[in-house]
Amino acid sequence: MSRLDFEDVTVRYGHHTVLDGVSLSVPAHQIMGLVGESGSGKSTLARAAVGLAPLASGRVLLDGQPVRHQGRRRPIQMVFQDPFSSLDPRMSIGRSIAEALPERLRRAPQRAEIARLLELVHLDPGRAADSPGRLSGGQRQRVAIARALAGRPDVVLADEITSALDVSVQGAILNLVREMQRETGLTVLFISHNLAVVRYVATHVAVMAGGRIVEQGPTAEVFSGPASDYTRELLASIPGPAGGDVRQRSPESGANHDN
Amino acid sequence: MRRLLVSLWILVTASFLMIQLVPGDPVRAALGTSAPAELVATRRAQLGLDDSLLDQYLTYVRNLFTGDLGESILTQLSVAETIGQRLLATLSLALPAFVLTFAIAVPVGVAMAVVTRRGRRRRAELTFVGTSIVLASIPEFVVCVALVAVFAVNLGLVPAAGRSGIDSYVLPVLALAIGPAAVLARIVRVEMLAVLDADYIRTARAQRLSALRIHLRHALPNAVTATLTLSGLMLATMVAGTVLVENVFAWPGLGGTIVSSIQSRDYPLVQGAVLVYGAIALTVNTLVDVGIAAIDPRSMIGDS
Amino acid sequence: MRRHRPEVLRTPVGIVGVTLLTVLVLLAVLAPLLWGDRATATNTGNMLAGPSPEHWAGTDNLGRDILFRTLVATRLSLVLTLVATTLGVGLGLLLGLAPLLLPQRLGRLVVAFVNVLLGFPSLLMVLFLAVILGVSTTSALLAIGIAIAPPFARLVHALGAGVTERDFVAAARIAGVPPARIMVRHVLPNVAEPLVVNATVTASSVLLAFGGLSFLGIGVQAPQYDWGRLMQDGLAIIYDNPLAALAPGIAFVLTGLAFNLTGEAAAGTFGAKSRSRMRWPAPASPRPGTRDDADLAADRDGLVLDVRDLAVTFPGPDGPIPPVRGVSIALRAGEAVGVVGESGSGKSMTALAVAQLVEEPGRVTAERLAFCATDLRSGRRAAHDALLGTSLAVVFQDPMTSLNPVLRVGTQLGEAARRHQGLTRRQASARAADRLRAVHLAEPERRLRQYPHEFSGGMRQRAMIAMGLMGTPRLIVADEPTTALDMTVQRQVLDVLQEVRREHGTALLLISHDVSVVSSVCDRVLVMYAGRIVEDLPSADLHTQARHPYTRALIGAVPDMTTDLDAPLATIAGQPVDPRHVPDGCAFAARCPLVTDRCRQEEPTLQAGPVGAVACWHVDDPIPAETEEVAVG
Ligand SMILES: Nc1ncnc2c1ncn2[C@@H]1O[C@H](COP(=O)(O)OP(=O)(O)OP(=O)(O)O)[C@@H](O)[C@H]1O
Ligand code: SF4
Ligand SMILES: [Mg+2]
Repeated sequence: MSRLDFEDVTVRYGHHTVLDGVSLSVPAHQIMGLVGESGSGKSTLARAAVGLAPLASGRVLLDGQPVRHQGRRRPIQMVFQDPFSSLDPRMSIGRSIAEALPERLRRAPQRAEIARLLELVHLDPGRAADSPGRLSGGQRQRVAIARALAGRPDVVLADEITSALDVSVQGAILNLVREMQRETGLTVLFISHNLAVVRYVATHVAVMAGGRIVEQGPTAEVFSGPASDYTRELLASIPGPAGGDVRQRSPESGANHDN
Repeated sequence: MRRLLVSLWILVTASFLMIQLVPGDPVRAALGTSAPAELVATRRAQLGLDDSLLDQYLTYVRNLFTGDLGESILTQLSVAETIGQRLLATLSLALPAFVLTFAIAVPVGVAMAVVTRRGRRRRAELTFVGTSIVLASIPEFVVCVALVAVFAVNLGLVPAAGRSGIDSYVLPVLALAIGPAAVLARIVRVEMLAVLDADYIRTARAQRLSALRIHLRHALPNAVTATLTLSGLMLATMVAGTVLVENVFAWPGLGGTIVSSIQSRDYPLVQGAVLVYGAIALTVNTLVDVGIAAIDPRSMIGDS
Repeated sequence: MRRHRPEVLRTPVGIVGVTLLTVLVLLAVLAPLLWGDRATATNTGNMLAGPSPEHWAGTDNLGRDILFRTLVATRLSLVLTLVATTLGVGLGLLLGLAPLLLPQRLGRLVVAFVNVLLGFPSLLMVLFLAVILGVSTTSALLAIGIAIAPPFARLVHALGAGVTERDFVAAARIAGVPPARIMVRHVLPNVAEPLVVNATVTASSVLLAFGGLSFLGIGVQAPQYDWGRLMQDGLAIIYDNPLAALAPGIAFVLTGLAFNLTGEAAAGTFGAKSRSRMRWPAPASPRPGTRDDADLAADRDGLVLDVRDLAVTFPGPDGPIPPVRGVSIALRAGEAVGVVGESGSGKSMTALAVAQLVEEPGRVTAERLAFCATDLRSGRRAAHDALLGTSLAVVFQDPMTSLNPVLRVGTQLGEAARRHQGLTRRQASARAADRLRAVHLAEPERRLRQYPHEFSGGMRQRAMIAMGLMGTPRLIVADEPTTALDMTVQRQVLDVLQEVRREHGTALLLISHDVSVVSSVCDRVLVMYAGRIVEDLPSADLHTQARHPYTRALIGAVPDMTTDLDAPLATIAGQPVDPRHVPDGCAFAARCPLVTDRCRQEEPTLQAGPVGAVACWHVDDPIPAETEEVAVG
């Protein structure tokens, strides 16, 4: 089991409360999507789980045990949004991955492990010596995923990992995430502002607004019968075939919002 | 605001501690080994050096508020008065130099940015950058000496030293302004180039405003705030530069006072001078912040 | 750093700097050995002599040769400079890195302390320390070392903090890498380069500071002498022999230049790259065989925008770079056309070219480029200002940076109207308030007096649209207007655009990477690839009738609310085309599942089909079933 629970988590920066008593449980061996507008606190929630954001109160539990942020083995790993900032430009991708391995290995087994991880994310293991500068955004994001998997985590937090990528690459990364989860049985918290993407990858979804969770449940249920007004508004904003089509909308709707 | 107060407090305390930190007896050091013991003792008493440290500190701060900076050990003249007389001469150099620096740097920097934008006129750009690096590499006192050698000694156009008529200001002000103007012009150019590539300039062009309005109304204020943010320190440094320039031109300013009083170990005078220089530097920094706040609505005084 | 050095040597400036430095170091080592005696030999018979064949720069008040003294003084001047710089840089590193390693509170204290020190000019600090430490060479050394530490510390801290904020450091922390190791492995390597550059430049200011102190008589003390002392001595006799002061002065300038030029060359001020010549194309010849549509000529008059064979070219080191290569767009009043495509496909360039906003050194050519029946290619740009300023509105991607932060929103809205429509300030502001109301901003009068930073992203984007509505726009060019916005705000902005279209019959050219945004707003969609339009079709048919393999993949790669959850998403192998190396034949060939030899040799042109037009040789072939996916994108 590897179930991640946030219990009444509050995070403050100065006088600004970013997370306001968030309770969320990410079911084991599932992908849970987390949606919400920018500034609603999605990334902060993820950062709190890995110890990058200070908890003002509340707990983060992994299988009922408080998550430790010490030592070499870290059961929770994270993949970041910006592929150009998430790899050290002065370090080969192989070394970046090696750094995340939980135990020190001899040279040969380490190389084999790096090759295994690169193959897992569909990258040529021969590129381990390349510097990130020679990789495209999508390839970097694959390396970042490989690095997260190197720590043999129980849980992976994916923070907007496709939003800096081109649409043509996004599909491949989404396929990879689903495939990876299916093969390893990881628990994944998949943060995205794109509802269609979340619908595609996640079995469960939580909706965040203003530092609180307003709704959570199985994706199909939440999207077909949203319980909160905010979720309804989000769903109505989706452009395209299944969302409300702007062309058929009356001019008054959606207007007069001063935000 | 808070930073200014803290800085002021540190300045006052540091200048107070300066005398305490001098190894040995400062009065003995100032008067020399041959001075009679009772003279030293009297001066020590006058300076209050025999009181407890706290008492001395409180007296020092109290006196500051009344404008009393103590007396010179050597001349026994009031430090405040001495400095008061000299300060005016120093400011009469520093202020015109400030004005001149900006008067040169802003138009030149802006013009160079507009002319050399997007890789046009490479040669002009290289000349400009090269010249400014060369000018910035020359120390003030070398500039002074070179100016004196050429304009005063060889050509005899202006006086070589002293503060007399308006023409005696030309060389010192120039010497003080040339280096900073070269550096500042480069900063202005770089900032202006960055601003001209900003999205809001594209917006202004999309509105088909005139080139003059785009450059002066839209780009310039943004470039100036960025420049001020970067160059505040440099302006404060110019204040200190007056020490050297005054030395060359035998200018009867604060610079000469501080140097001679350091050499003669006239500590109360040094103390007063350091305090005043520090206060001027802090004032300049604060004025720069105020200037930025006046141009840029996003920044607020007290934020820094 | 070693890897960087050759680059320093690649620019002439760097070569001059490094050569100067080498000469100086040689002088410092050799001069005292070679000429040490002659520099100190007094000659009372020849005091204060002017330049002569024996004494090129004359002699001083003890009859010593000034030139040799200057040369010999190189050692002391340089050694003092280097020692003080090392001291200051070391101290600066300590103070700068401490806040990154210490607990947060303590770290903040260090930063505050450094900030306060920074407020005081270093010469003042030097004087202060010279008082406490007494007048001597050592105390001057310490004083200068300490005085240069704060600015360096600030730089170290700023750079270091910049690196620690980056995600790879966060990732290392999450992986359990200890802080000290993060500092050594990740932070230092990434800040080393600018620090070395800055240390070099700092050395030059240390040289000046030391010279200044010696010059004032509170640095190096007799009988030792450095250039500063020599200058002071020379100044006393400047009327007799200007060279006495100028010789050490020249030494100062050359040394300062040596440091500065080396530093600047390393920092890339005189970048090697920018020096290489940019090459321009031969005058562009019209591209053969675009869409054959002479039949359209009849109703050309009704077009708001009529663009044929638009090309944008930039000069590049290996010949011209063509981000846009022959795009044709025709827009009727009230019509909305979307442009989609990958990043770098030339969408924004097309928009800028249409709006006449491509800047030097970019060049725009077109067979026809007419807006409201006015040929934009003829006459000076300024000649069309009034037309474009009132009838063409442009909305850009990033609302946060598209408005000028130092001008009030009202000023920015009104100025074009004042210029092009001759409105008074009051009329312009009344109109602006009216326009803000039209885009549904409450309390427009108050909003006009505010600055952009007081607006949210969505409000700013609406203000941008309002700005376009100050005239009577016939066309709105919107480049990714909602990409930076949240979903609900995106909807509001798209609604406003639709409303404007309906009320004023304004045409819309909407650029987006998001197929769903374009298809929900536009009547027609243009798909761009490598600077060309590869497919043109009604947006209603996008999901069902797309024929180009690229369009089909693009649609299949993006999940929407109806995507089949059990099938993998379509992927597009390989990388987009780099406009510097556009291949012959079909630009999509390298990534296309249907590619044949013909595709690689002959470039397909847009051919009208049943519902649109498409440029592909194999439009009706089925795409082979998903093959094993390999290293994509
Ligand atoms: N000044 C320039 N010199 C050379 N090439 C340039 C210049 N400006 C842009 N380009 C190139 O033009 C190409 C097209 O850029 P453009 O911004 O139009 O793409 P886009 O489709 O809007 O991409 P995105 O979706 O990322 O906004 C890019 O490959 C870019 O590198
Ligand atoms: S022309 Fe050939 S390579 Fe190009 S898109 Fe069509 S099938 Fe693919
Ligand atoms: Mg673009």
